[in-house]
Amino acid sequence: MAESALPILILLCFVAGAIVVVLATLRRPDAAWIVTMATLTAAFGLSVRLLQAVIDGGAVRHRLGGWVAPIGIELVADGLTALVVCVVTGIALLVGLYAREAVRREIAERESAFYAVLLVLLLGLSGMVLTGDLFNLYVFFEISSLAGYALIAVGDKRAVVASFRYLLLGTVGASFYLLGVGFIYALTGTLNMADAAARLPALADNPALRVSVALIVTGIALKMAVFPMQAWLADAYTHACTTTTAIVAPIMTKVAAYALIRIAGFVYGFELVSERLPVGAALAWLSAIGIVVSSVLALAQTDVKRMLAYSSIAQVSYIGLGIGLGQPWALAGAVLHVLNHAVMKCCLFLVTGTVQLAGGGRTLDDYRGLGRRMPWTFAAFTLAALAMVGIPPTGGFFSKWYLMVGGLEAGAGGLVVVLVGSGLLTAGYLFRVLERVWARPAPDLVLRPLGAGATVPIVLLGVAVVVFGLLNSWIVTRVIAPALPTAMGGLET
Amino acid sequence: MDDVLVSWRPAAAVAVSLLAVPLIIASGRRPNLREGWTLLAAFAKAAIVLSMLPDVLAGRTPACTLGPLAPGIELALRADALGMVFALVASLLWIATSFYSIGYVRGAGEKRQTRYFASFALCLSATMGIAFAANLFTFIVFFEMLTVTTYPLVLHKETDDARAGATKYLAYTLPAGLALLLAVAITWTIAGTLTFTPGGFVTTDMASRGLLQVLFVLFIAGVGVKAGLMPLHAWLPAAMVAPTPVSALLHAVAVVKAGAFGVLRVTGFVFGPETLRELGVATWLGWLACATFLLASVIALRQDNLKRRLAYSTVGHLSYIILGAALLNAWSWAGAVLHLAFHATMKITLFFCAGAIYVRTHRERIAELGGIGRQMPVTMAAFAIASLGLAGLPGVNGFLSKWALANGALGEQGWFEVSALALSGVLNAAYFLPIAVRAFFEDNPDYPRFGEASVLLVAPLALTALASLVLGLAPNLGVGGWDLARQVAIAVTGGAPS
Amino acid sequence: MTETLVMLLARWPYVCTVLLMLLGLYGMLGKQNLVKKLIGLNVFQTAIILFFIVQAYRSGASVPIWDPALGNDPDAYVDPIPHGLMLTAIVVSVAVTGVALALLIRIYRNFGTLDEPDLLDAMKRSR
Repeated sequence: MAESALPILILLCFVAGAIVVVLATLRRPDAAWIVTMATLTAAFGLSVRLLQAVIDGGAVRHRLGGWVAPIGIELVADGLTALVVCVVTGIALLVGLYAREAVRREIAERESAFYAVLLVLLLGLSGMVLTGDLFNLYVFFEISSLAGYALIAVGDKRAVVASFRYLLLGTVGASFYLLGVGFIYALTGTLNMADAAARLPALADNPALRVSVALIVTGIALKMAVFPMQAWLADAYTHACTTTTAIVAPIMTKVAAYALIRIAGFVYGFELVSERLPVGAALAWLSAIGIVVSSVLALAQTDVKRMLAYSSIAQVSYIGLGIGLGQPWALAGAVLHVLNHAVMKCCLFLVTGTVQLAGGGRTLDDYRGLGRRMPWTFAAFTLAALAMVGIPPTGGFFSKWYLMVGGLEAGAGGLVVVLVGSGLLTAGYLFRVLERVWARPAPDLVLRPLGAGATVPIVLLGVAVVVFGLLNSWIVTRVIAPALPTAMGGLET
Repeated sequence: MDDVLVSWRPAAAVAVSLLAVPLIIASGRRPNLREGWTLLAAFAKAAIVLSMLPDVLAGRTPACTLGPLAPGIELALRADALGMVFALVASLLWIATSFYSIGYVRGAGEKRQTRYFASFALCLSATMGIAFAANLFTFIVFFEMLTVTTYPLVLHKETDDARAGATKYLAYTLPAGLALLLAVAITWTIAGTLTFTPGGFVTTDMASRGLLQVLFVLFIAGVGVKAGLMPLHAWLPAAMVAPTPVSALLHAVAVVKAGAFGVLRVTGFVFGPETLRELGVATWLGWLACATFLLASVIALRQDNLKRRLAYSTVGHLSYIILGAALLNAWSWAGAVLHLAFHATMKITLFFCAGAIYVRTHRERIAELGGIGRQMPVTMAAFAIASLGLAGLPGVNGFLSKWALANGALGEQGWFEVSALALSGVLNAAYFLPIAVRAFFEDNPDYPRFGEASVLLVAPLALTALASLVLGLAPNLGVGGWDLARQVAIAVTGGAPS
Repeated sequence: MTETLVMLLARWPYVCTVLLMLLGLYGMLGKQNLVKKLIGLNVFQTAIILFFIVQAYRSGASVPIWDPALGNDPDAYVDPIPHGLMLTAIVVSVAVTGVALALLIRIYRNFGTLDEPDLLDAMKRSR
């Protein structure tokens, strides 16, 4: 495996950025955003370089402090890692553009603290993705969670309560994860993922191993908002400020999903998780239930932001379904959906944020006729909505296709029907927004638009939805497929 | 049998109206320029399609592959005989409809005209994509695109009725799209390929009988909604709230024909006559089609709103095409393909007439149309010609397609089908001819003098009526309709209508 | 049945930590006061830390600092890695508690109560 400094550089970027933000604003109070954008741009650039390096030369690694694994901690990046890191930093960059005006309007007094904590969040998330060590993952897990709790607490009055609830549940989840890691250490004597993966198959019948699988999967699933542990997400996303939701919704649950893929697929191996133990099946079925329940709840909402929060639970459950099926096509679909959903949801939440901060309100009725007032914004919104429903050639359609093929190949007809049917529910709650936006007369109210800083990311994301759809074959064959666990077999029918 | 000719023209046919869309939106404030883009795109599209005609008639298939859509599946376009028929119908009739649209939206003072013309251009792109799709995946991409791009057109008037109609439209077409998607995914997993093959590529050894039958049902449900197969037809009358040119081109030609085209592709190019005979499902489809056109004709008799009567008539005639496909022999296939084209010319004429009448008199109900023929003779003459054709009377093209279908039914010893066709013809006459008769021969003194609608409205309808007449006498004229139909029949069934 | 009991008794430290975990979970779920929930969370996390520590223990072994008298035999020392991990985990736990307390102060300021039913009422009223 090739050595590369890129993984550690990305992490250092965020560390340095967070520190500099705090220091710089002691001198110049409005420097926070500039420093943040510089950090985010650098991080995104490094992520793209990393992706390039992985596509060209295969997986790369970096040994922290020069210590060789399994004694030292390693940062490892294969196609899957690089893709998710690019998603995280890319979304962060676009939200950063939006944040300038939004943070000014919503959180005026504590801008610098907000940006610093945001960078710490990204540090935690990137660290989770890049690390090759199980305990290191826990540390970054908690770093990102703590930053997340702080960011979510900034919002309306109820945000603090939502954040506290999330804190309780999130910490329990992380603790379960930690306990599971403890079991793995007790069984194998190592914390390095690759090393553990090599040693675990010999212990496959050990009951302690099964307990650890259950603990780790449950812990991560809680963070992923898999049914029935999804109750925290709706409140957290709804009450947080618009910038927080725009950055947390697309990426936090996805990074948890990545962690699940990494551990269930590579450390334990899907053979253990899906075939010998009922964990995969349980995950798939719970995800299916989650999809239906959340979609129905989304349909019942009149607050658009809350509706999108429930929608997020449903969409992350697609990813959970793909992981649970344990089939290469389904897994490829799940990973592709990480990319697609991040893009779609970010676009949608940026639009709701823009509308809310411009004075346009948050309920369905408030959206009437806005299409004529904010045409570019809502054109992008329409594209993202169509992608959520699964209309070709947007990305959302293709991730559904892979999940369906995977489900059919795995013989899970019922789950495929749920997958297909949920598209209808999604159409139900999104098309009624579209209908109000485009087919009603424009309102008279005065809007204070957020300016190009908000519109540019929104339009870029809308276009990206279609572009990633058209490019999906390239992404799957060049980036995702080489990174899938080889034990699963390749993508053939 | 046919050699493949690598050519960019199928892609160009799809792309030309896509390119027109930003131009249309940008010239929103200058209506004449904006309409100019639409007409330019329409003529260009028809020109590209016609340019491929000689190749297709000679047995060559212009095709192009635009890149992978998913691992193992390409975005591929191919102009074979069946695709050419559909493409010709859509592109040529779009020219007529564009002129008609201009006259209609200006005459009726419709708002949001830019959105209207832009959506139309998008719809036609999707229609070309459907016509030229070389595999099921490409087909479904454009099929769904058609659903989404027709939605704003149904919603156009933005009244409560329009909203209800548009919602119903989606409520039927989106689940259908999902059923189709599921069917395509299952086909991919059992067959490993999705390319349309004349005579079908799904064989009975690929999966259990039960699964294949369910698969067929899923496919038919998927395309059958757009094709108005009962009981999936209810969206069609509800969609009549759209402006008449929309109903004319889209709901008499593009959308519904896309559904019927889909049925033809599924029965002839995915499953194929052999597999369908082994599975025994084609007979059920045939009966369902007969039931549809008989029932639709009866319901049509009871409608007082002219457009709704036309809508039910469309439902009925689409099932003629489905019946032709389901009968699985050469004559019935030739008839189905011919009817795809011929019904389009006749039905669009009727819709054009209905629109012209509305623009001139604001009347929509049949009871109010007595004596109107005196004021609008050209319009009602066209109406009469189209009615005769739909009833299957000789002289107009409808007779030929119906005769081919009946021949096909006879070939299968389908006495029931033949009598159903005959009965339906009688019913057609019963619900259309009296309108024409009353228009000319009834005396209605309380009509003010008004005369024909503008030439932009009358010229298209006269042209399409004339086309119906001419094609009725010389079906191979101009675009080689009969030859194309014959090619399709041979390709699919292996036999030839002689 | 008796086999399980014997096995459990032999591993009584682990059983204690599991009981502590359950206690912590009860505190989080069963108590209505938010501070008590937080205490429950702390107990839960501490129980897990204790689990690791217990697991690291070897009977008859010394502290994990190299002693020339004991030499290089790894079984002579208690396993140091879980200790190191748990130092980190304690820090994390402290941080979480800190953030949680800050949130609780905020909640109290916004709504005037830390009792869950009263809090839900206050939230509804502030709508």
